[in-house]
Amino acid sequence: MLRAATTSLVFALATFLALAASASEIGDPEKGKILFRKCATCHQVGPTARNLLGPHLNNIFGRKAASVDKFRYSRSLERAGNDGLIWTLETLDPYILNPRTLVSGTRMNFDGLEDPQDRADVLAYLRTYSASPADIPEAEPTAVPTEVTLAPEILAIEGDAAYGEYLSSECKTCHRADGEDAGIPSITNWPPEYFVLAMHAYKQKLRPHPVMQMMAGRLSDEEIAALAAYFETIE
Amino acid sequence: MKLKRRSFIGTSAAAAAVLSAPMVRAAGHGKPRVVVVGGGAGGATAARYIAKDSDGAIDVTLVEPSRVYYTCFFSNLYIGGFEALDDLGHTYGTLASDYGVNVVHDWAVGVDRDARTVSLAGGATLPYDRLILSPGIDFVDDAVPGWDVSAQDVMPHAYKGGTQAALLKAQIEAMPEGGTFAMVAPPNPYRCPPGPYERISMVAHLLTQINPTAKILIVDPKEGFSKQALFEEGWQKHYGGMIERIGPDFGGENVEVNPDAMEVSIDGSVESVDVCNVIPAMKAGRICEMAGITDGRWAPVIPATMQSRMDENIHVLGDASQQGDMPKSGYSANSQAKVAAMAVRGALTDSRVFPAKFSNTCWSLIATDDGVKVGASYEATDEKIAKVDGFVSQTGEDAALRKATYEESLGWYSGITSDMFG
Repeated sequence: MLRAATTSLVFALATFLALAASASEIGDPEKGKILFRKCATCHQVGPTARNLLGPHLNNIFGRKAASVDKFRYSRSLERAGNDGLIWTLETLDPYILNPRTLVSGTRMNFDGLEDPQDRADVLAYLRTYSASPADIPEAEPTAVPTEVTLAPEILAIEGDAAYGEYLSSECKTCHRADGEDAGIPSITNWPPEYFVLAMHAYKQKLRPHPVMQMMAGRLSDEEIAALAAYFETIE
Repeated sequence: MKLKRRSFIGTSAAAAAVLSAPMVRAAGHGKPRVVVVGGGAGGATAARYIAKDSDGAIDVTLVEPSRVYYTCFFSNLYIGGFEALDDLGHTYGTLASDYGVNVVHDWAVGVDRDARTVSLAGGATLPYDRLILSPGIDFVDDAVPGWDVSAQDVMPHAYKGGTQAALLKAQIEAMPEGGTFAMVAPPNPYRCPPGPYERISMVAHLLTQINPTAKILIVDPKEGFSKQALFEEGWQKHYGGMIERIGPDFGGENVEVNPDAMEVSIDGSVESVDVCNVIPAMKAGRICEMAGITDGRWAPVIPATMQSRMDENIHVLGDASQQGDMPKSGYSANSQAKVAAMAVRGALTDSRVFPAKFSNTCWSLIATDDGVKVGASYEATDEKIAKVDGFVSQTGEDAALRKATYEESLGWYSGITSDMFG
């Protein structure tokens, strides 16, 4: 079950990174309105929108993550907001593909929209609920990764767990080995695919935290695979 | 420099030869033996990682005089009232019980590099195949005219954890209303570059509550200091008018103290003060000098393995080492310890050795929920540990981010102390 879920996740991630450029183009708001029904169980938009299980999505573009007044967010999403995560076409796109790409501990329990066109359509629909849609660029050429850096073959790299164990010692200066969170998130008991996902999101600076961007930024694809292989071996 | 007894390991070729050398079997006894001197961020981490990762194949002895080790990092937060001193104390029980480290509470007083033994104040002699020295800092004699360690009860340095921090805090609490707290800041290089300025912030925080008309005077031999823009912005915002800093342009490098009279003389002009925190120039912990592995004030090391450049059987970690770009910090020592632990295991048990990676982050607290950080990653080059990439908090950050940064520092404290002591 988990294996099936994570395999499709990895496939989706690869798809996302391969198609990142097309997702930056604005989609069809009419189609997006229909697709938004999937989101509407938890999120409302429009003049009467209020917070349900999820916050309302009016004026989402340019908004700091976890910043809707009176909505109780997960600690993880609050951290991401404080670290500087801003909702833009570039960050919403991976988030609605798989929320955990950007925020490991988010409460948003959403299977994700795997088709980049679907995502573009939903984002185009949300864009109509912004105060000034014209100010939101149809594409953000400077913000979009110009190069595809994560290919399926990178995800298929078999990690060297012994090397991963050495590399993990660097994580354990801050992240406790027993999984306790005293102010820095736990990284134990983490499915390896999520681990790879998160590290590449930091490496590509989609996730905002500066320490993690620095740590992940100098890890090669092999090293990320090695760490994932090691983390798979520990409880 | 004493180079006569062992060949000087100064080139990358020699360093590589050490790494690729066949397994060194300890002659005449069973398991290879590692002695670690100093149970702080470098030594405790190294002892734990060697014991843990060698699964009992290496005999590890840790020599540390204190039964309860008070971390120097976070001691400023204790002075500011954000941490209890007891919470900064750690013991070595888990290293002994769970990892099989032989913990000896004694002072190391000599190293015989030919016989490969460490002698202890209590009279014991410990043989080693590899020696790890992680003694932290000592103070340079006569660095601040008028001050020596005999004056530390009157004018505390509070730059080693525990009792000195408690003394300084008690003195601040006993200051007369509107009194003056002075700090004589150290010249580079020294332990914890933002440390003196975080301390100023914490002293100001404490005084704002108990003695709001008090003054703080920093006498500083340096032109600038770590995270200066962040600290100065914070001091202006939280403690406007309380803190004055006298840099070298105004005589900050020409300072003398008189502990008996509680006076500080700055470029000949004498000030009466109520508390005087003297942080003198620093050098490697004395055992490095005794071992004859220092060059000037510090012990130079080969970056890839943290081996002394004077003796391949000795590794030097943390503040005492002269390694290049890394700041002298607990985080750095912990990072270096893992590289050294891997190199030691590789040499003694033939375990795999990977390329060294180093990193550091220093968090500082400026006021309640106002935390900042600076950090960098490093790699080993032939010449030095060289900075690869880094970041620093920005001025003008919003309150939520500063609070998150402070909370992250609490997480780091919990993480690193569990990484050191198990």
